[in-house]
Amino acid sequence: MTSPRVLDGLVIAGLAVLPFVAPGYLDLGTRIVILILCAMSLDLLVGYCGLVTLGHAAFFGVGAYAAGIFALRASAEPLAGLLAGGAAAAIAGVLSGAVLLRSRRLTLIMLSLATVLLLQEIANKLGWLTGGADGLQGIAIGPVAGLFAFDLFGRVSYVYAATVLALAFLVFRSLVDSPFGHSLVGIRENEGRMRAIGTPVDARLGTAFVIAAAMAGVAGALQAQVAEFVALNALSVEFSSEILIMLILGGAGRRYGAFLGVPLYVVMQDYLAREDPANWYLWIGLLLLGIVFLAPGGLVAWIGAVTRRVRASRA
Amino acid sequence: MSELADLLVSLTFYGTAYGMVLYLLAVGLSVTLGLMRFVNLAHGVFAMAGGYLTVTAMSRLGVPFLAAVIAAVVIVGLAGMVLERTLCRRLYAAPILEQVLFSIGLMFVSVAIARYLFGPLAQPIALPEWLTGRLDVGIGVFPTYRVFLVGVGALLSVAIWAGIERTTFGASVRAAVDNRRMAESVGIDVNTVFTVCFGLGTALAALGGSLGADLLPIYPGYPNDYLVYFLIVVAVAGVGNVRGALAVALAFGIVDTVIRYFLPDAGRILIFLVVMAVLFRNPHGFAPKIHA
Repeated sequence: MTSPRVLDGLVIAGLAVLPFVAPGYLDLGTRIVILILCAMSLDLLVGYCGLVTLGHAAFFGVGAYAAGIFALRASAEPLAGLLAGGAAAAIAGVLSGAVLLRSRRLTLIMLSLATVLLLQEIANKLGWLTGGADGLQGIAIGPVAGLFAFDLFGRVSYVYAATVLALAFLVFRSLVDSPFGHSLVGIRENEGRMRAIGTPVDARLGTAFVIAAAMAGVAGALQAQVAEFVALNALSVEFSSEILIMLILGGAGRRYGAFLGVPLYVVMQDYLAREDPANWYLWIGLLLLGIVFLAPGGLVAWIGAVTRRVRASRA
Repeated sequence: MSELADLLVSLTFYGTAYGMVLYLLAVGLSVTLGLMRFVNLAHGVFAMAGGYLTVTAMSRLGVPFLAAVIAAVVIVGLAGMVLERTLCRRLYAAPILEQVLFSIGLMFVSVAIARYLFGPLAQPIALPEWLTGRLDVGIGVFPTYRVFLVGVGALLSVAIWAGIERTTFGASVRAAVDNRRMAESVGIDVNTVFTVCFGLGTALAALGGSLGADLLPIYPGYPNDYLVYFLIVVAVAGVGNVRGALAVALAFGIVDTVIRYFLPDAGRILIFLVVMAVLFRNPHGFAPKIHA
């Protein structure tokens, strides 16, 4: 097994190298980077805590709206906007977590759907603040740290988003490698037993939930700042399920799931949207069924199985 | 005063008709979830399939309404049994994540097929003449269609209750819900119980979809857009609680109708807040058979 430290380094190096390898694809790259951040935060819940939700777009959307409104009404400084987005999503995480985390399984899924629909309806109705169905327009973002203005080619956007992702990944890996992260996996595997040995299950899940919400909020804030626009469908069930699917393609609870799944999904979507736009949902649905029955655990598990087999045949 | 009373009576009536349709749509999900712990988010697909079959049989083949509904219910119920035997069964022991992914995949595929076959628009259902008028039911004059929905819903809920509480098959279902291993060891063929229940649940969903087609229009987004309402009924009642599902579906239908009437702007926001408040107090619903 290659040491995680080497692979972690490779992930960050990959983010740094991309602009030199594919300078024409920076916009796509920025989109991928932001979605990876969002899928990674969902992984904390789905992969590590074992909490399946269809409501992660709630936090992404709250972060995006908060950063957009912050830029319009308070300050154009992007780093402060990121903080505003992350903080707003964390608050949303505390409030919704207080309701959601009392339930599990189907009820949790229902409540997560209801949260997204509720927030979407609120954003839709508060037109004076959020722009309603037209989305939040007219956002102008100042230079990052007062030094780097966003350019037409999307270079600053990419470097900005990729830096945020790299930092978030460092936080993510130290979380999942820590005793705290291991206790989350314990809860996923057997909640009753973890309670019995004295783990404060509710506090652990609550903390993980708020961290994941804040991270998704930062991703949403990045999206709002880079696009200088927030669409109402940032707060939608469709987007929630897309994020979950991206994560699953890579593999949930496997550290690099988001880094593999998101690019695969986005590139496929890009290709199929050109070749066969009408049937996108058909293909993605078939792909999901294929994963469930043929490759549970996603791409990471599949690559792991293949490398093990190759090694075994060599030995 | 009597005007307000009239208004409340008719809102309650409309809410009851809506609640009956929700009950038919959700009751199968509650049973399969209680029995197999199978989180099937694609349950609405069966309702949509029932609706499409009914509408198509009527418009293309000229089959009369009731015959089309019965044919659709039988076909979807059989298809549900086949699906249970071939695919769903393999996921009963799987983690909930895989069940969710399977059902999302199934939902996406069927939405795509529905859009390919029928286009993106809602399919209007041509109700037969005997359902189009208005009917005096004593407490007021209501559209015959809604009276029909309430009547059919009431009859079926009694039938479902009797089927579960008063028949041998119902007793095996209850035994399997309460303790699967024990049920198996006293000789109940739990696998067959699963298949039959899944088939009945999908058939009821198809019935709800086709009878309710004039109330909840049939279009490709159906399984997605109504999903949260089926889940609310199942979760608030408590998983596997069939009688509770009727009460919750009716209460939800009435409360939703009343809120939408008086506060059309904030309606959706309020009803979700009410549901969240209820589940905050009772995280497992009102009378769960199982904490699934």
